Amino acid sequence: MNRVIERHLNILEFTLASLLRRKGRNFSLLAMYLLVIFMLASLLFFVTALKREAAIILSDAPDMIVQQLVAGRQDLVPVAYAGEIARIRGVTAVTPRLWGYYYDAFNGANYTIIADDAAEPDRVSIGSGVARVRNLAVGDLLPLISYDKVPVMLEIGTVFPSASDLIAADLITVSPVGFHHLFNFPAGQATDLAVTVRNPKELSTIASKIASQFPGSRPVLKSEILRTYQSVFNWRGGMTLLLLTSALLSFIIFAWDKATGLSAEERKEIGILKSIGWETSDVLLLKFWEGAVISLTAFLLGTVLAYGHVFFLSAPLFAQALKGWSVIYPRFQLLPVVDVSQLTILFFLTVVPYTTATILPCWRAATIDPDAAMRY
Amino acid sequence: MRRSLQFLLFIAVSLAVFLSLPLHARHQQRLAEAVVKPQAAQLRSLHVTDLCLATEARYTRHPAVADRHAAFQDHPLALEHFPSGSLILPTTSARTKP
Repeated sequence: MNRVIERHLNILEFTLASLLRRKGRNFSLLAMYLLVIFMLASLLFFVTALKREAAIILSDAPDMIVQQLVAGRQDLVPVAYAGEIARIRGVTAVTPRLWGYYYDAFNGANYTIIADDAAEPDRVSIGSGVARVRNLAVGDLLPLISYDKVPVMLEIGTVFPSASDLIAADLITVSPVGFHHLFNFPAGQATDLAVTVRNPKELSTIASKIASQFPGSRPVLKSEILRTYQSVFNWRGGMTLLLLTSALLSFIIFAWDKATGLSAEERKEIGILKSIGWETSDVLLLKFWEGAVISLTAFLLGTVLAYGHVFFLSAPLFAQALKGWSVIYPRFQLLPVVDVSQLTILFFLTVVPYTTATILPCWRAATIDPDAAMRY
Repeated sequence: MRRSLQFLLFIAVSLAVFLSLPLHARHQQRLAEAVVKPQAAQLRSLHVTDLCLATEARYTRHPAVADRHAAFQDHPLALEHFPSGSLILPTTSARTKP
């Protein structure tokens, strides 16, 4: 047993010395490999954590949203529909929602303004993103311009904590009266209706009843809302596909480079080792350790760094991509989630192919005559 | 110490940190539960339908309730031009109406 361990330790010792002899080449290879793993693992952590947050947040979403369409565009829904929909069997509550967007010409930001029945008139709650861009705190006045071009001063009652940025970074909640005043919003109308049903299995039946009773309406089911976010975060979603493709392509390029052949120097080294008495199995073990040293180091460091990037630094690389031209953007303070099965797949997709790609050309070189290998 | 042992020690430490990641995640989730629940209750009454991922365009701020063609609706021959529009795709649901 000790002899086996000693043999491995000796070969590992030789491997490390051999890798350090070509320091520049191997460190750049390690850096590249680490970067690929870092990007893939960051993406994995980011998407898994966002999926979890989405599932938690959207579990409280309304069972159904009823929108009104006019000439193919979304329009305001008459509040009178709420009473009629509430009479459909299985519907427990219908809440007219008043919400819209406010473009702040002062800084170019878009705010989402929602009417909250519990809000006091002239007092608002704002998201931490709004507070950040307008440099506001509780007790300050938030100046807005109504659609009638009249200045409106609203006192800030609450600032939502940055931990709720994924829901409320750009949110301003006002009273329904304040909402009507700010947007000159017509009375008896709502942006859409939130419908709650007793039995979720009846949702599609109720949706078709609503669609037939109100021909201009469009029901959006909770399952469709959830599906939207699944498609944003699944591997075919824009963000995931973009990063996954570029990272995998770079990995394939340098694994291919490894697999397609050895440098003349490496062939010569194998020839010399064989001529001084190393067996083919020893040479293969050497090359296995070479691959394992690089890939294991890259995998472990890349994954740990990715965890820090996503959960301690709030994923600045991905946040930049999502930020685009937004003036207000959330801080992605995500709760850590580690999906062991996905990390296992990442391990088998990167470490195993790379180590195999290192061994295969060496096996070819190690099985030929040492003299031929040295002359190559 | 031999270089090989130093390397194995480094791998062992890295592996220990790597294996502690799920434990750290579990611990953080437990700590956050107490904070998240009251927040959810506060925001539940607002009937939120979307996550605030990007605020530059209406259809990427609220993709769940936006039309598939919202990006092209601003004016005739309007093209989708917001950066987040290429990352946040519209809903794939089969709605009865556009």
